[in-house]
Amino acid sequence: MIGLLVGVPLLGAAVLLLGGRRLDRSGHWLATLLAAVSFVIGAVLFASMLGEDAESRAMHSKLFSWVPVEGFQADMAFQLDQLSMTFVLLITGVGTLIHLYSVGYMEHDPKRRRFFAYLNLFLAAMLLLVLADNFLLLYVGWEGVGLASYLLIGFWQHKPSAATAAKKAFLVNRVGDAGLAIAIFLMFTTFGTFAFAPVLSAAGEASEGKLTAIGLMLLLAACGKSAQVPLQSWLGDAMEGPTPVSALIHAATMVTAGVYLITRSGAIFNGAPDAQLVVVIVGAVTLLFGAIVGCAKDDIKKALAGSTMSQIGYMILAAGLGPIGYAFAIMHLVTHGFFKAGLFLGAGSVMHGMNDEVDMRRYGGLRKHMPVTFVTFGLGYLAIIGFPGLSGFFSKDQIIEAAFGKGGTEGWILGAVTLLGAAITAYYMTRVMLMTFFGEERWRKAPTPSPAEPDVEPAAETRGAYAPPHPHESPKIMTIPMIVLAFGSVFAGGLFKAGESFVGWLEPVTQFEHGHSPVSATAVTAATIVALVLGVGAAYLQYGRKPVPALAPRGSLLTRAARRDLLQDDFNHVVLVSGGTHLTRSLVYVDNKVVDGAVNGTAASFGGLSGRLRRLQNGFARSYAVSMFGGAAVLIAATLLMRAV
Amino acid sequence: MSPINYVYLAALLFTIGAAGVLIRRNAIVVFMCIELMLNAANLTLVAFSRMHGNLDGQIMAFFVMVVAAAEVVVGLAIIVMLYRSRHSASVDDASLMKL
Amino acid sequence: MSFPLLTVTAALPAVGAVATAAVPAARRTAAKWLALLVSLATLVLAAVVLIRFDPDGARYQLTESHAWISDFGVRYELGVDGIGAALMALTALLIPFVIGAGWHDADDADDRADEQANRRWRPTQGFFALILAVEAMVLVSFAATDVFLFYIFFEAMLIPMYFLIGGFGDRAHAAGEEEGAKQRSYAAVKFLLYNLAGGLVMLAAVIGLFVVSADSLGQGTFSLPELLKARASGDLTMATSTERWLFLGFFVAFAIKAPLWPLHTWLPNAMGESTAPVAVLITAVVDKVGTFAMLRFCLGLFPEASSWATPVVLGLALVSVLYGALLAVGQRDIKRLVAYASISHFGFIILGVFAMTSQGQGGATLYMVFHGISTAALMLVAGFLISRRGSRLIADYGGVQKVAPVLAGTFLIGGLATLSLPGLAPFVSEFLVLVGTFERYPVAGIIATVGIILAALYVLVLYQRTMTGPIRRPEIEKMPDLKVREVAVVAPLVALLLFLGVFPKPLTEIVNPAVEHTLSDVQKKDPKPQHPVAEHAGSDDKPAGHGGGDHE
Repeated sequence: MIGLLVGVPLLGAAVLLLGGRRLDRSGHWLATLLAAVSFVIGAVLFASMLGEDAESRAMHSKLFSWVPVEGFQADMAFQLDQLSMTFVLLITGVGTLIHLYSVGYMEHDPKRRRFFAYLNLFLAAMLLLVLADNFLLLYVGWEGVGLASYLLIGFWQHKPSAATAAKKAFLVNRVGDAGLAIAIFLMFTTFGTFAFAPVLSAAGEASEGKLTAIGLMLLLAACGKSAQVPLQSWLGDAMEGPTPVSALIHAATMVTAGVYLITRSGAIFNGAPDAQLVVVIVGAVTLLFGAIVGCAKDDIKKALAGSTMSQIGYMILAAGLGPIGYAFAIMHLVTHGFFKAGLFLGAGSVMHGMNDEVDMRRYGGLRKHMPVTFVTFGLGYLAIIGFPGLSGFFSKDQIIEAAFGKGGTEGWILGAVTLLGAAITAYYMTRVMLMTFFGEERWRKAPTPSPAEPDVEPAAETRGAYAPPHPHESPKIMTIPMIVLAFGSVFAGGLFKAGESFVGWLEPVTQFEHGHSPVSATAVTAATIVALVLGVGAAYLQYGRKPVPALAPRGSLLTRAARRDLLQDDFNHVVLVSGGTHLTRSLVYVDNKVVDGAVNGTAASFGGLSGRLRRLQNGFARSYAVSMFGGAAVLIAATLLMRAV
Repeated sequence: MSPINYVYLAALLFTIGAAGVLIRRNAIVVFMCIELMLNAANLTLVAFSRMHGNLDGQIMAFFVMVVAAAEVVVGLAIIVMLYRSRHSASVDDASLMKL
Repeated sequence: MSFPLLTVTAALPAVGAVATAAVPAARRTAAKWLALLVSLATLVLAAVVLIRFDPDGARYQLTESHAWISDFGVRYELGVDGIGAALMALTALLIPFVIGAGWHDADDADDRADEQANRRWRPTQGFFALILAVEAMVLVSFAATDVFLFYIFFEAMLIPMYFLIGGFGDRAHAAGEEEGAKQRSYAAVKFLLYNLAGGLVMLAAVIGLFVVSADSLGQGTFSLPELLKARASGDLTMATSTERWLFLGFFVAFAIKAPLWPLHTWLPNAMGESTAPVAVLITAVVDKVGTFAMLRFCLGLFPEASSWATPVVLGLALVSVLYGALLAVGQRDIKRLVAYASISHFGFIILGVFAMTSQGQGGATLYMVFHGISTAALMLVAGFLISRRGSRLIADYGGVQKVAPVLAGTFLIGGLATLSLPGLAPFVSEFLVLVGTFERYPVAGIIATVGIILAALYVLVLYQRTMTGPIRRPEIEKMPDLKVREVAVVAPLVALLLFLGVFPKPLTEIVNPAVEHTLSDVQKKDPKPQHPVAEHAGSDDKPAGHGGGDHE
């Protein structure tokens, strides 16, 4: 049964990829159906799980022994507990909706069949990731989603930018994957196994140093997959992929795998406070980093990508807090899955109606033209900024509370950072909202080169006579998933919060402790609302009261840096790319001239030597006779000498 | 007379032969010098045979003489052919063996 | 006397080679089919070997032993352990694909022979006969348990390889045909001389081994089982320095063949200049003899010296891993890129062999097999690509994905296997090698892990530059997708990569006991985990092992 969960979408991917052109007309429906089937299986399993006691809900199923080598056992085995179940429902649920949406979004794409095959492949890999019962199998899913992400980011690979973005995403993720691999090595040398149950139960016995090392390596892996500083640079570029992909993979599910990993390995982190501290720092830094980047982007998808980074920062931070935060991290993950997927689908819907324009400065006043998109996007917006009563409010509020609950100076700093993050979130999301749906209809006028990037020529199609787009609402097949997700954005948080149902559900897996917040819960909530109002107000003053310039102003130093992802790419470029290029070039030179040169040099010196020796063969019989006599004389002399000695 | 004197004589003859081979260019003379060396060797064989009272050396000398006779036939034929084709019997002119 | 299965397996391609060579000039196609059939029959026999091999049985099975040169104690002795059986199967498996992919490789030369009305020169027959000859010699090398017999075939396979590299190129040289021919003959001579030099060193060591064994045992022998038995019982002792010199003699030859940095420079030339199927033959089949022999001869015969040399060898292997990967990134030529990638992979294999852990050596053996399959997939598709465009330079491509999606897809799968994507076979082996290395030498394990990042770099850069982006050249616009023959060659390889990635168990079961034997030869035990988990005690629950921090 659990195996089917992975097998169904995998089958879909295989059929679609091998089926060839015959499936071009029906393949997308097959893929959607299979995604729905795995959701149904997940729901059935969920129902049967609810029937059990809280402690005996975990299911386990071993298919076969995967890599049996002396002293090294890796099984193809699945484990379905409450944590996995949460993910299964999120992945298959949101996944099915996005399959449905893609049917409309990708309608005119000639490679639609392959797109759906990749989506199914992604679902299978992601389910494998959350269902694996050992770290090695998790690693398979981990790189499997990386592969699906690579294929989907580069789906329009005739565009060099998409191909480059895909490669970048895979490479940055590989750095993280190396971390995961090393973590597994460490587990193996420490515990002799890397299956979840024995490792996590024995984690207490290992030394703190070992646990810290394992924890830091796991964190490296999480940073890569979840786009956390310092491995965050790929996420913005990943927006080159089709929008449903951004919604599913780069917002709702795959990028949250890092949070899953840390929560899953909670027992290891609990024994390694230093590693936890680093986790928290990474989360806090990314939270602000993503938010600042999100404020400066004019590309609607990149602004949302910055937001995703920042929200995952919240989750990582919460997961770093230990048992007081795991459940909240997962809860925020789920609500974020709803509203961020909804926001991305809304963005896709806007792009769909605007001839694939992504620059928000070329939007404006769209609420009249796309009412459904406006309403669903608006609900997602309210949810993410934490409007009281909506999903984001509950989940974020609890993380902020838990951050204060960490106690001591740390608690105060983390609390302040999360509050600041909440304010910035409100600011940039209000900005997106205002620029897109309110204000002047800027798309009616032809674009001019941006003063921010005066060198960039306007796109080819705008050079001639400008034909403004005709914004229109998207077809039903796209709006229905948006509506469903909007429902989730509104109600999920309240549902989870009611009677601490979500925390209670996860408790057998993640444990739970109440933090000792120096600030009362009410005060935190009040502070959050103040932060929210400040953020929204600031954005309104800047983008609501005044007309939005159709061209990006030059902006302050921070804005300019944030537009360039706070110069991280420039750093990477200077240090890694050009450094690496020089290194490989010089190594190629060394290999040709020095290593191979030594070989060829040996050959040449032998050649030269034999050339010299050849001159002795001069063809004169008498000189040969001389050497014969000489040789004979030497031999005789040597014999006599030997005799004498 | 002590047989050792024959050995000295043989050494002398051999040296003369060797010097001839090295110095002279005329193929016939070189050839004769080679014969001289062969016979010097024969002389030592016979002398030693005598000194040791053992006939083996003399038998060996006969062998050498037979081989030398065969060699003379082949060698002279080569020299004659060489002379016919190049109109010279100088060994230095026949340096075709080098690459 | 039971049926001499190993001899028949190895002799079949040899007979086939002669038969193929004897096919009349006009019946070219018949020669191709004959070669293919012979290789398939050999595959069946190799499969029988694999099935008949009993993992729980004796160390060497299916043994045959006949006196050959009794004065020197040389015997005709064959026998396989799990490692040899697996590699024989790999060889027999790959040759049909090599033949299938090289179906038209000799046609050019044949046309030229036709133009000159030269009926005695039959390139097609020669090409396929040489491939079969190589197969026969490699099979004997994997099965030989007599050091001298092994040596002879280890060296002899150079001759057909020399003609394959030098005689058949893929008319795709940037600097024109004449320059191409010159480069090709340079590559062939370099290959031959480099490997012969190594073989010569080994010959000295082989003779040395004979002398040593004659000294200790009274009667010199080359028989591996006898030598191992004498080593284990203490009858055969050698001075430390002697052992080290002999080890070096063997090791240098194997390191050249493997190839290990800095003895690698012949490989890019040889693989770059030869046709893709021959390149596969070099890297996936012939080179494996080198790493196989390290496991079988170096470790088994010279355990002390192996331990002594381990730090240096590990260092060189690490350099190979990183250096090969970095150079692969810097290549402009597709085939040279794959060659440097192979150097990096051989680094991993040698790392696994000398890590002296069961994971490392088991992983290294699997690595040999899986690297053979994955490189074959990548290189053969690259060959199809090159034959379409007539250029080996990466810069001459771009956007191929759009016109030839199946070609691009299989190329990507081959590439992903090369970068050890989980789910594909090479991942299993690479992970085992890394784990095995890390267990004993954590720093080396971490450095080698950097290699997997670099592998992603060179594979993805290659894919991006050749397959994605807009189509810039008219030649690519018209490029046809894979033909039926080509799909038939690639599809089984891809299927195998997937299958063995998910279910490598049949292979690991065969390999495991052989690895245990090798480890007991060198008297090494796996390091115990510091906090063994009780439930996992499983197979190796020796009571002494529970002491905790045993670091050595």
